[in-house]
Amino acid sequence: MSEVPEPTHRRRAHTSGRDLERYAGLFAERTTVMRSSAMRDLMAITARPEVISLAGGLPDTSTFPPQSFAAQMTRIAQESAAKALQYGPTEGFEETKDCILEVMGAEGMLPDPDDIIVTTGGQQAIDLVCKTLVDPGDVVICEAPTYPGAVPVFCSYQADVIQVECDEDGMRIDLLEKLLGELRGEGRRPKFIYSVPSFQNPAGVTLSLERRRRLVELAREQEILVVEDNPYGLLRYSGEPMPPLYQLDGGDFVIYLGTFSKILSPGIRLGWAVAPPPVMEKIVLGKQAADLCTSTLTQYFVREYFAERRWQHYIDDLVELYRTRRDVMLEALRTHFPAEATWTEPEGGLFIWATLPDYIDTNDLLAKALRADVAFVPGQGAYVDGRGTHSMRLNFSGVDENEIREGVRRIGKVIAEQVELYGTLTGEQRLPEPAEEPEPNVLPFRKAEEA
Amino acid sequence: MKVAVLKGGRSLERGVSLRSGARVEDALERLGHEVLPIDVGPDLVKRLVAERPDVAFVAMHGVGGEDGTVQELLEILGIPFTGPGAAACARCMDKVQAKDAIEEAGLPTPDWFAFNQTAFREFGAADALGRLEETLGFPLVVKPSSGGSSLGVKFARSPGEVPQALVSAFSYDDRVLLERFVDGRELAVSILGDEPLPVVEAILLEGDRYDFEARYEIGRTRFVCPAELGAEEERAVTEAALATYRALGCTGFARVDLILGAEGPWLLEANAIPGLTDTSLLPQAAEAAGLSFEQLVERILDLALAPATH
Repeated sequence: MSEVPEPTHRRRAHTSGRDLERYAGLFAERTTVMRSSAMRDLMAITARPEVISLAGGLPDTSTFPPQSFAAQMTRIAQESAAKALQYGPTEGFEETKDCILEVMGAEGMLPDPDDIIVTTGGQQAIDLVCKTLVDPGDVVICEAPTYPGAVPVFCSYQADVIQVECDEDGMRIDLLEKLLGELRGEGRRPKFIYSVPSFQNPAGVTLSLERRRRLVELAREQEILVVEDNPYGLLRYSGEPMPPLYQLDGGDFVIYLGTFSKILSPGIRLGWAVAPPPVMEKIVLGKQAADLCTSTLTQYFVREYFAERRWQHYIDDLVELYRTRRDVMLEALRTHFPAEATWTEPEGGLFIWATLPDYIDTNDLLAKALRADVAFVPGQGAYVDGRGTHSMRLNFSGVDENEIREGVRRIGKVIAEQVELYGTLTGEQRLPEPAEEPEPNVLPFRKAEEA
Repeated sequence: MKVAVLKGGRSLERGVSLRSGARVEDALERLGHEVLPIDVGPDLVKRLVAERPDVAFVAMHGVGGEDGTVQELLEILGIPFTGPGAAACARCMDKVQAKDAIEEAGLPTPDWFAFNQTAFREFGAADALGRLEETLGFPLVVKPSSGGSSLGVKFARSPGEVPQALVSAFSYDDRVLLERFVDGRELAVSILGDEPLPVVEAILLEGDRYDFEARYEIGRTRFVCPAELGAEEERAVTEAALATYRALGCTGFARVDLILGAEGPWLLEANAIPGLTDTSLLPQAAEAAGLSFEQLVERILDLALAPATH
């Protein structure tokens, strides 16, 4: 009898409270700022099949033809199996960089391939930049609201995150300038300014050309790095293309982050960073420590895919699809959201940011919405200081038109109920018009005078 | 023994319930039981009838699993189950009923008023808010009447904040409670069978003690067990908790939450099915009493099968 016994437990034995206590002494200080919340549990419910989720940030991968996927993978298996299954260079394959050059070229950028590193998704690029630049307590500046997925990265490096308000033209550069002046007065130099200038996640707004120019100028004058995260740049549905900060700056003070996630597939986990050589050197060392290299298999896939020379057509298809979905969502918002609500009208990307009267907490509203089988992302996760509780992020790329209409209708209904209830509680049937202009630097997005 | 572990369901506390359930399943396996995990859905009765478990371990929290619904079904099917019976669950879940029962038993609970939405929408209850605020004072606590977790609990520091807090609380339930805020130490007493376990204290780690919301943020509160209490305090607290447990008709186990103020304990509520995750209070209290998680699970099963239960 030389049979291997069946393993008796599927799962690792759970820890006892005492074990937890023991581990608690071992945790790094940075884990203390990593917070969980009851909200995370609420989000677990959005996965129920009957729930229409406008909470995701998912591109619609169902539009990618399975036959081409099969053909590409078959070619890799037949022609390059051994190499595709092997480790690769930390910086990524030259051929992958060629594809990246094509994508960046489509937005008018022409970086030196040596300045590029291929990363495991754009998310790793954010992490590597922080790993390279941020010591505990260092100042990192970002937009308010900012990409919710960047917040835990900044926090895990114990950055002192300062957020600069956005309006419908993106980050308020006049406020940024003021902030930089104040910081200088305190003798603090921010490590970088993080921005998603085009079709921002979560706000959907785009940094105006004038502000782009001023931002790049500021970076140059004050020798501060700007980290430009541009996952959606090619997904423009209306308006004129805007030059990326990287192009305006020429790459001296702008670190550029890109990804194949939204133009091809998030499942392949392929992103990249472009940085000046001295910074790149450190990023490469960081990448080596993190995971040696990005998946060679998916890099081969991208190479095959780009060789077919259809990638831009695929983006055209996505643009068509998402434009319709955006328009459907905007129309549904006009129809179903109460007059007290405002929202952004993005020219591209995946998200609309809606802001409700300040007596509605979107964390609580989500509980009510989930009972109506619909979900959104409460705005709080896009801020480091607990703000955002009256806003929500709505995604229009991952669900079809009927679901968008129905989802927005359901959310509109629960909002209307709360608005009416508040009116009853305060004796006002409708909110009066604000007596004075709201603070110029707070949401909802209102175009502000440039300083 | 064949043990069905009921978990998940559609409640807002689904996530916690799945974690409680998974941990219980592990323990049951290690104890040598046959485990039947059930993520509760429309096929629950069919599955229970087909599988005929010897006992059901209810690891569900919130609406459906903790409010007597599932317990009622189990009683009808004649399947013994863990934790309090249907009536006690319903009483614990409804904070208004619970506070009534607590008060009737002569136990101190902070003053409160309860309203449903109809009162505001149809009977102009808003006009009574001023009088009520005068009685309760500020800050006051606004809570959804049902729900075991802290979701929707808000603190209003001034009259202007009350309507907003009500809107939030009404997001979770059709009925809400406005309660006098009582200052003091936040304690939880878990009771197993008829035995109070060591008292747990929640201590705010950082920041303003009037930053009320922080109390409900994981990571901003530290739990100490056993709580540092004088002998007299400890006696008063555990006696009050046990009396509450009995007043609500609980059997098996439950967790009683209270505030220890200057004048003694104020009873807030009881959780019929407290969490059983790695970081939950009942397992911590059991461990402080020298019970491993397996021993705790075994004891809970024994209580479910004891003839006097339910």
